[in-house]
Amino acid sequence: MMTEQQPISMIQKSELPSKASEMFSRGYRLVYVCCTPGDPLEITYSFDKDYQLAAFRIQVPRAQAVIPSITGSYLCALTYENEMQDLFGIKVENLAVDFKGNFYKLQVKTPYKDAGPAQPKSDTGAQQK
Amino acid sequence: MSTAAETKPKRTIIPFGPQHPVLPEPIHLDLVLEDEKVVEVIPSIGFIHRGLEKLVEIKDFQEMTYVAERICGICSCIHGHSYCEAIENIMNIIVPERAKYLRVFWDELSRIHSHILWAGLFADSFGFESLFMHSWRIRERIIDIVEETTGGRVIFGYCKIGGTRRDIANDRLKSVVTELKAIEKECHSITEVFAKDYSVKKRTKGIGMLSKDDAVKLGAVGPMMRASGIASDARKLGYAAYGNLKWEPITESGCDCHARLMVRCREIYQAFDLAYQAADKMPDGPIETKVTGNPTGEFAARLEQPRGEVIYYVKGNGTKNLARFRVRTPTFANIPPLLKALEGCELPDVPVIVLTIDPCISCAER
Repeated sequence: MMTEQQPISMIQKSELPSKASEMFSRGYRLVYVCCTPGDPLEITYSFDKDYQLAAFRIQVPRAQAVIPSITGSYLCALTYENEMQDLFGIKVENLAVDFKGNFYKLQVKTPYKDAGPAQPKSDTGAQQK
Repeated sequence: MSTAAETKPKRTIIPFGPQHPVLPEPIHLDLVLEDEKVVEVIPSIGFIHRGLEKLVEIKDFQEMTYVAERICGICSCIHGHSYCEAIENIMNIIVPERAKYLRVFWDELSRIHSHILWAGLFADSFGFESLFMHSWRIRERIIDIVEETTGGRVIFGYCKIGGTRRDIANDRLKSVVTELKAIEKECHSITEVFAKDYSVKKRTKGIGMLSKDDAVKLGAVGPMMRASGIASDARKLGYAAYGNLKWEPITESGCDCHARLMVRCREIYQAFDLAYQAADKMPDGPIETKVTGNPTGEFAARLEQPRGEVIYYVKGNGTKNLARFRVRTPTFANIPPLLKALEGCELPDVPVIVLTIDPCISCAER
């Protein structure tokens, strides 16, 4: 079992560009950006320096899913942000390279847009394979 | 008298991919050229997006192990391992010691065969056909060992939540190590050519530069990052039994295609050594822990695949089905650094540079 500490700080979406800029100036690299479906949508930005993870999380209502881009600090975020636009229907403002929903060639547009997490049921656990 | 418009080199856009001899999987690059020099690259992916992450809505968390293993046909076993590590963390499952060493053993075999496969493809990208064939002949012997010990040649299927599905008898393990030592000796016949051959150096030295700063800024991972002088390797987090083994990340400072080649060549020998260490230190005992209940909580497992760091983020809410299953693969992270490495190169070097990230598009698109 991995025992790595993975602290996550909740922030407002307006703080995101400045937080990203701060992490960049402190020498952190962007590890991943992950959006979790539901309402509100949860978007986690994770950074690493010397094997220590630091993450920020924002929550945005699904109906007004507009977030600022962090490509001003981390250009490599363009793949994550374009992916979020394509899969979740989130509008990312000031994206350095905007594929405008055409990053992936999808049969179903924004498949996660109306998806929500599975609801707890009174099951007894998955079958041991 | 010439005008500014006349003196400015004319720009041409050359499409590269999605079908190209060096690309087993589809990625498209629009190469903006001035004469033969690449000045800008615009990527386009998404031709084989499969939506595997969304399968958590219909597959339970145990079944998702099989899905994870099928994300990639080359590093399949480490995909399965990464998923299991993530679930084991949120379910507080203690994996038996023997299973941890078995995981290291098979993961390193996977790294060896992946790197040798890549080396062959890389040789092929600049027309060194015989080197390609020698590389793949050696790789075949590793695959034979994998088949003997796991039953699979492509999908190893050795990992399960709580441990491993298979064990290797101690006698068999000794004979496998003897076999590996013979294969390791044979590897020198290819790695020395990669390191010293004139034509290999000519096609790779000083080509596709990615500085240390750019590697960090653009989020490079794996050999792409280590070839720019950054000693970062997720195995240093100590997952499985890596914390009990002696090794250090391999780095090169050349920042070019040759440096990436050398990192992978040296990592082949390091992987042999880690496999020997794991076999030598492997304790007796059970290989799995019984799993009960459903996962609750969230965790991002970080493991080192042959292509670099992979992230498996899982979020459980107490049901059989995960609330979120997210995979960030090394190729996905290495796309922006690739675009930087391509800037300023000559058109004939594009296939060589593209191959140095060891692209796996089915991994990247999931």
